[in-house]
Amino acid sequence: MTDQAMATAQRRNGVDGLAPLARRAERVVLPLGALATGLALFGLLLLALGKSPVEFYALVYKAGFGTAFSWANTLSRAAPLLFAALCVALPARLGLVVIGGEGAIVLGGTATGALGVWLGGVPPALALPLMAAAGAAVGALWIGAVGALRHYRGVNETIASLLMAYIGIALMNHLIEGPLRDPASLNKPSTVPLPDALRVGDIPGLDVHWGLVVALVCCVLSWVLIERTTWGFAARIAGDNVRAAQVQGLPVGRLILGFTALGGAFAGLAGFFEVAAVQGSANASLAAGYGYTGILIAFLARQNPLAVIPVALLLAGFEASSGLVQRRMDLPDATILVLKAVVFVVILVSDTLYGRFRLFAPERWRRS
Amino acid sequence: MTDLGLWAVPVAILGGAIRVSTPFLFVSLGEVLTERAGRINLGLEGTLVFGAMAGYAVAYESGSAWAGVLAAALAGVIFGLLHGLICSLPKVNDIAIGIALMLLGTGLAFFFGTPYVQPVAPRLPAIDLGFWSGIPQVQAALTVNVLFLVGIALALGMAWMLRATRIGLILRVVGDSTDAARAMGLRPNAIRIAATATGGAFAGVAGAYLSLFYPGAWSQGISSGQGLMAVALVIFARWNPLNCVWAALLFGGAGALGPALQSVGLSDGYYLYYAAPYVLTLGVLIATSSPNRATAGAPGELSITK
Repeated sequence: MTDQAMATAQRRNGVDGLAPLARRAERVVLPLGALATGLALFGLLLLALGKSPVEFYALVYKAGFGTAFSWANTLSRAAPLLFAALCVALPARLGLVVIGGEGAIVLGGTATGALGVWLGGVPPALALPLMAAAGAAVGALWIGAVGALRHYRGVNETIASLLMAYIGIALMNHLIEGPLRDPASLNKPSTVPLPDALRVGDIPGLDVHWGLVVALVCCVLSWVLIERTTWGFAARIAGDNVRAAQVQGLPVGRLILGFTALGGAFAGLAGFFEVAAVQGSANASLAAGYGYTGILIAFLARQNPLAVIPVALLLAGFEASSGLVQRRMDLPDATILVLKAVVFVVILVSDTLYGRFRLFAPERWRRS
Repeated sequence: MTDLGLWAVPVAILGGAIRVSTPFLFVSLGEVLTERAGRINLGLEGTLVFGAMAGYAVAYESGSAWAGVLAAALAGVIFGLLHGLICSLPKVNDIAIGIALMLLGTGLAFFFGTPYVQPVAPRLPAIDLGFWSGIPQVQAALTVNVLFLVGIALALGMAWMLRATRIGLILRVVGDSTDAARAMGLRPNAIRIAATATGGAFAGVAGAYLSLFYPGAWSQGISSGQGLMAVALVIFARWNPLNCVWAALLFGGAGALGPALQSVGLSDGYYLYYAAPYVLTLGVLIATSSPNRATAGAPGELSITK
């Protein structure tokens, strides 16, 4: 935008209070439109297969959001998804596409399970924070290493993080089938179950564990970090233009290390809550794909930690409904995966529409 | 059966390298083609999985393994076209599109592949190059699939094409500078779409190899990230098709390490050997990347090295 155009736009803002609203609306209307288009496209696929899209979405609504029970199910699944999405959204503000949160989740969970066995006699008030810190630290190291490789060696962070996710899952399998295996776990290799005292409980009155509250707090804190602190401001500058940030003397290296490590710590916390609140021990269920759904959530939320909250709830509802739609409509188990992928593609395609509509650009309202 | 003792390990790794390397070779050749034109397609992993399913399904329904390979290649073209067309829109991030198409290819393959998990499709033929040896392990190691040889021929052909033909020159110009290509009167987007579609076909064939030869059955766990590793391998191979052959063999050998050690009774730490190809890929990426200078041999328009 030229200075002149900017000045004109500012003058108009004074006259017309709708202008700032219109500018913000673009970032809400376009993703919502893309989401609706994606759902409609998936509906067409169902129609082509002779299934009813109306029945499908009605079932998704019923199983994901229809009853108190389904809300509890959805909210429980939302916690790891929120953490996983933050693991994508924070590095994304620096222009990094980190997609290996799954590795930090499984290793954070494994660390939690291993430490929990060790801390059996320690009072829970001390042991639980230690376990959470261990999970977060392992996650921070894992994704922070991706940031370090990017900064010091110029290694592409997208490929490196996904490779490290594979390595992390292999490492977890090695540990839970070997050194950390509970001999009593026959069919499903696991670590020794955590003692009841070291389990994270439910929020009073809800059938949802405390991980949800912590995840929501982390989302808000991340938003404050990005939008309201100098660190976040510096990160956004570096994300827009690394060279300009370096010329300005911004500590790009420390920002990359800090943001990737923080994202990884959140993913590690997801692993902590999966083990301490849901599974009760570290096992292969940790690799449930939360890390990959988190990528979609972060992109749908346009990497905004607050927008991540409603999007994660929506996606958690989709996942919660997966079993019911498969059984009722006789659909394959990959149905929700295809739905997510279609929505993902449409969301990314919608990137091309930003700035195309006069409606969202007040400075162009009165031309033509 | 002759007991080879510990010699069984290198023999099994050699055989495994040849067997396991073929999908790496095809995907990396496809990615070389795409990246030489200036785009990166991270979605080849999804194309590979979908190609594996499509190839298996068509081979089963038609009774011909080669019909399956053809179907897989066609499916790959469709995914490549989709990637190419979407990335031609302004402001769309090719890396993110790749991730989305990775999910879409995998998801659609699982979605439509459920009925084909049980049936047995015809396998691709293999050529017995180990006939001279009396040792069964050596014979097994040198049972080479036709597609491996096709892949080597493709690598040679591509190297020649890039170096000495008009098409090769056009690809390289488009990959190195969009502006120079426009100045020459070329249409960069059309050429990139064509290169991505062809690269997709290669990845589809790689998938068909997985489901129709080795391991030789369709299942949801058929790919363990070969499509993604092949993308990293292209950086290691410096965008040179001939280097892709050596790199693919190296990665194939790493992938065969776990099963080879298991065959002589070393099963401790199986999962760690299973991680060997990923560790190797990461190590190679670290060794070949550099924070300061553009990677030697990299096409100028590639977003991954900018």
